[in-house]
Amino acid sequence: MQTPPKDQPGKKPGIIRVEGMHKWYGDFHVLKDLNLTVDQGERIVICGPSGSGKSTFIRCINRLEEHQQGKIIVDGIELTDDVRHIDTVRREVGMVFQHFNLFPHLTVLENCCLSPIWVRKTPRKEAEASAMEYLERVKIPDQANKFPGQLSGGQQQRVAIARALCMKPKIMLFDEPTSALDPEMIKEVLDVMIELAGSGMTMLCVTHEMGFAKTVADRVIFMDGGEIVEQAPPHEFFTNPQEARTQKFLQQILAH
Amino acid sequence: MTESTMKAPKKALRPVKWMRENLFSGWFNTVLTLGVAYLLVTSVGPLLNWFFLDANFVGSDPSACTGAGACWLFISQRLNFFIYGFYPDELQWRVDVMFLLLAVSFVPQFIERFPGRKWLGLFGIFGLPIVGYFLIPGGSFGLEEVQSSKWGGLMLTLILAYIGIIASLPIGILLALGRRSEMPIIRGICVVFIEVWRAVPLITVLFMASVMLPLFLPEGVNFEKLARALIGITLWQSAYMAEVIRGGLQAIPRGQYEAADALGLGYWRKMGLVILPQALKMVIPGIVNTFISLFKDTTLVLIIGLFDILGTVQSTVTDPAWQNVAIEGYVFVAFCFWVFCFGISRYSQNLERKLDTGHKT
Repeated sequence: MQTPPKDQPGKKPGIIRVEGMHKWYGDFHVLKDLNLTVDQGERIVICGPSGSGKSTFIRCINRLEEHQQGKIIVDGIELTDDVRHIDTVRREVGMVFQHFNLFPHLTVLENCCLSPIWVRKTPRKEAEASAMEYLERVKIPDQANKFPGQLSGGQQQRVAIARALCMKPKIMLFDEPTSALDPEMIKEVLDVMIELAGSGMTMLCVTHEMGFAKTVADRVIFMDGGEIVEQAPPHEFFTNPQEARTQKFLQQILAH
Repeated sequence: MTESTMKAPKKALRPVKWMRENLFSGWFNTVLTLGVAYLLVTSVGPLLNWFFLDANFVGSDPSACTGAGACWLFISQRLNFFIYGFYPDELQWRVDVMFLLLAVSFVPQFIERFPGRKWLGLFGIFGLPIVGYFLIPGGSFGLEEVQSSKWGGLMLTLILAYIGIIASLPIGILLALGRRSEMPIIRGICVVFIEVWRAVPLITVLFMASVMLPLFLPEGVNFEKLARALIGITLWQSAYMAEVIRGGLQAIPRGQYEAADALGLGYWRKMGLVILPQALKMVIPGIVNTFISLFKDTTLVLIIGLFDILGTVQSTVTDPAWQNVAIEGYVFVAFCFWVFCFGISRYSQNLERKLDTGHKT
């Protein structure tokens, strides 16, 4: 397994280390012997056919799913049953979901401030100011006092990104962030993600947006049947895939 | 821009036309209309006569009730007993203070822009029981003691219902969370508690609390009978409440739990800040339904010798000095219950509207 060289100063190598990780749902072996090292500032796109385990894999990284064998070490902390470790890791790992999962009873601003105020103990004023900065970054500061139900899908997803960023995480996980969006809203979300990638955030992104992968990814990982089949920098991945399964997948999604 | 200024066409509302379309549109509807009209004319008149026109309102003793209608004199003469039970006359100001505080706390909740109504509501929930705890029984701060055997009437009904409602909600929430816990011991305890209490009729609970329990415990002062009844009502009610709330918890999409987890909120903050506010809002109708039914179920304390409003009325209508006043008495009780239950119901609708943030999916 090769990792692209990272020679920028101040970048922590191996902020995420997954070693020999397996996961079962009952008898069903979903993830098989996954190994992956992600350095700080790396942007990784994970793709693969549906049911390949890619979402399950990134959900293991903040332990929304449990793994049964192997190790996952995030920012130096190993994920085990210890609840304190899990919460420590979750504070440093932001996540954006396919269905946004904003809290519908809170306004956009309250959604963003909730965790900073209650978990990080940031004073309310400060948390709100910081939330407004992030809302500006995702280009919807004018919606701050609306409820999620009053926003479009694209706007909701941008709020969800801002909400995750308000915790000032070291790592951002994206679980198919554009799959539930109408086509005309995909771009506004991708633009925000591209901007975020440019800022040096460590990103793991499960997506079918191959254009996005080509633009920002340092590495593209292809998963199938619960295994990592191939990983390569995007140029190599798209022009010269090594594995037959990768070639077939690329043909299918790039054909139309 | 002519289109944007166009108004929706108004429906013609001419009474004759409306009647012809809705009441007399065919021979069947005409027969129905006439039949209902006949029933209304023949029943409303006598009812009106009984309630108001032939009723007796003034006077000071049973002999003043000479008319054919209701003897409301009975209610006004015995009102003191119906409201305070045997609470001593000269100390009834203490109960009046509680009534006043109750009204001050909750009436503003119906007025949208009342200043500080949130604080009044919080006082009503947390402060009022504390004030009542010292004021009603007395015995401290130089207040003369009034034993709970002298409490009765509307005041007792409100005490039972109020404490039952306020205490059962938090206990119900904890039981509901416990029943959904991943820890088998906690889940087991909650399941057993809920299933045992919910499967027992309230009348049995009250009977056990007042008759069976003293067989095992040394009988103390009489206050304990009321306290035991209250504990019984609260635990019984919280089992119901738990199941209503569990319904709400199960209706919250998994994504909400996951989003709260992903933000590192931890269990209690996840539940308190994200899940419960949504779940409780969703089950307001169910919660209120349970409240209202508890309010009415408090009348069952009659069988353990506590005189709530129904008990006081029932014991008075058999008074030989007053003849045939049972209907007046029960109508009065029904009206009192209706006023409070309707108030609770209106407030809950108010609350639902206010909390609606338009996210129904």
